Amino acid sequence: MPSPAKIPPLISALAGALGVSGYLILLLHVEEQLAIALLLAGGAVAVLVGVRFGIGTRVTGLAGDHENALNLSAVLVVLIVTGFFYEDHFVLLLVATVIIFVIACLGLNLQFGYSGVLNFAGAAFFGIGCYTAAVMTKNTDVPHLVILVAGGVIAAAVGSLLLLPVLRTTSHYSAVITIAFGLLFKIFLEVNDTLGGPQGLRVDGMNVFGWEFNDNIEIGDSFEASFYVNYIVVGLILLALAFAFVRRVERSWIGLNLDAVRLDETAAASFGLNITRWKITAFTLGNFLTGLAGALFAMMLGYIAPTNFTFGDSLILVSIILLGGIGNPWGLVVATTILIVVPEKLQAIQEYRFLLFSAMVILILLFRPQGLLPRPLRTYLPGWQPK
Amino acid sequence: MTDPLQPLLDARGLSKLFGGVVALDKLDLQVLQNRILGLIGPNGSGKTTFFNVITGIYPVSAGTVTFDDGDITNLSPQGVYRAGISRTFQRSRLSLELSIFDNIMIGNHKRLDHGLWFNLARRGSFRDQFEQSFAEARELVRVFDPPLAGRMFEAVGGIPMIDRRRIEICRALISRPKLLLLDEPSAGMTHEETTALMDDILEVKERIEDLTIIIIEHEMGVIERTTDTCVVLNFGQKICEGTYQEVAQDNQVQEAYLGIE
Repeated sequence: MPSPAKIPPLISALAGALGVSGYLILLLHVEEQLAIALLLAGGAVAVLVGVRFGIGTRVTGLAGDHENALNLSAVLVVLIVTGFFYEDHFVLLLVATVIIFVIACLGLNLQFGYSGVLNFAGAAFFGIGCYTAAVMTKNTDVPHLVILVAGGVIAAAVGSLLLLPVLRTTSHYSAVITIAFGLLFKIFLEVNDTLGGPQGLRVDGMNVFGWEFNDNIEIGDSFEASFYVNYIVVGLILLALAFAFVRRVERSWIGLNLDAVRLDETAAASFGLNITRWKITAFTLGNFLTGLAGALFAMMLGYIAPTNFTFGDSLILVSIILLGGIGNPWGLVVATTILIVVPEKLQAIQEYRFLLFSAMVILILLFRPQGLLPRPLRTYLPGWQPK
Repeated sequence: MTDPLQPLLDARGLSKLFGGVVALDKLDLQVLQNRILGLIGPNGSGKTTFFNVITGIYPVSAGTVTFDDGDITNLSPQGVYRAGISRTFQRSRLSLELSIFDNIMIGNHKRLDHGLWFNLARRGSFRDQFEQSFAEARELVRVFDPPLAGRMFEAVGGIPMIDRRRIEICRALISRPKLLLLDEPSAGMTHEETTALMDDILEVKERIEDLTIIIIEHEMGVIERTTDTCVVLNFGQKICEGTYQEVAQDNQVQEAYLGIE
């Protein structure tokens, strides 16, 4: 039985989850363009008013003090939305895409947010995971869960080719190297016939212990749920693991080392930090997560082509980090949701989405460089108080 | 136990050239165990360059550096730190967006466990190491400023200059170095703040066994109060060595500071 002191945060978490789910369901359900625009504007105004009257800081403070309640309510939101739209392929594909992109961005966050290694080839490492899944599902009998991990491992391994040039340069120069790599990767895919050339490759749907992910879920004769529910469930489990992993990295001496390397390499070196080691750690772990997300994404879509992995896609990943709040995993969740859902729902801006993303990045950098949800100071052990 | 009259740090014929500019010119410099040595001289005389060469930030052009009976010439900054030398910087190099505790722990690097498995999976052991490190850091900060010890998890960016200096010195001391290099600790502080900081440094020196200090300083009051001996640099050369009183009387030193009529 929960003690009385624990009830309020649980109840408020529940209320928050219901509120957010309600809003998201409404937003995803409405088709009328004007209504969507009004809903988005209403949401933005509500947040602004909340921040203006100090509710924002109270909410983030409460959430920071009761992390488990926050985690649970986030999972609850996904489950409620998924349950509501259980047979709607389009909406569930959006939900799954958001989940998978958050995993990919968690990887980028390790690199850019913590160790300061800029990676403008996020889409390429995502793509390596995708192509790994495509090749392995078609040509081998390796269990699909292992293929997911392989997607991450191959992405990390290919990333190690980049290590030497990235480590020998700093800031924008290493950023340019990753840009070059991203472009090379796409061109390589387009001319390589073994990997399908410009047409791309088919990918088998996921199959775990005989459970076919690409079949709709049927219970009895009357109930049929979209097959995307399968991917949402697996994606959510992977996301929870990746999230916990990134959190633990941050809340350890490793997270401190990564921050020290990002903020002042000279000072860090003067206190014995091996700069190279920590950059390699962040870069490799980050690419692993991005590749893992890619492998799941490929199996879900069933078909991949080089045009999915352009420089523009890498920029979207980076702008998610900037928008959400550099180094804050929760910021990524919010920013990914906004950047993926809004253009899909507002058809009018679909064509202009890159233009709008660019404008948004400029605005964020000008007026709120710390992002929508700024990263809080490190707490090594949640709830720990000095004696 | 090492011989107290054996120099802890022994630089011989140390030179550093930046292109054609001679920043250090065949400098011989020894510091005895447990002493405080003042390094003074006009701007651009090579004081900070000396620190940067000793700590491996700049490679040596010529000469040798021996520390604690080991050769540390051209060791990496990491190697110098592991050998037992740590430093503060002329312009504060704290990470302003990290907490006080985080900054001090950066200085504690060699005493922490950085394994992936330890940090991610063995959270119980991590907790023990964290709690022990926290207790040590808080104890050290308390020597400098008791109220500050209650604010360990606040961002350094929000605290005043004198406290930042204190944190920087704590960061250098937490790993228990044998030699502490202080690069102009009074820079940017008022006279009163400087006095307070020097009291702190002397108190810490009292508490820690076998701590040797080299201090670069422009405030002569500080040098007079704290140092056992002084070395005066000018154009990268040692022009005088002795106690503060001896050095202050020296003609060459007066010329270097005031110019020749």
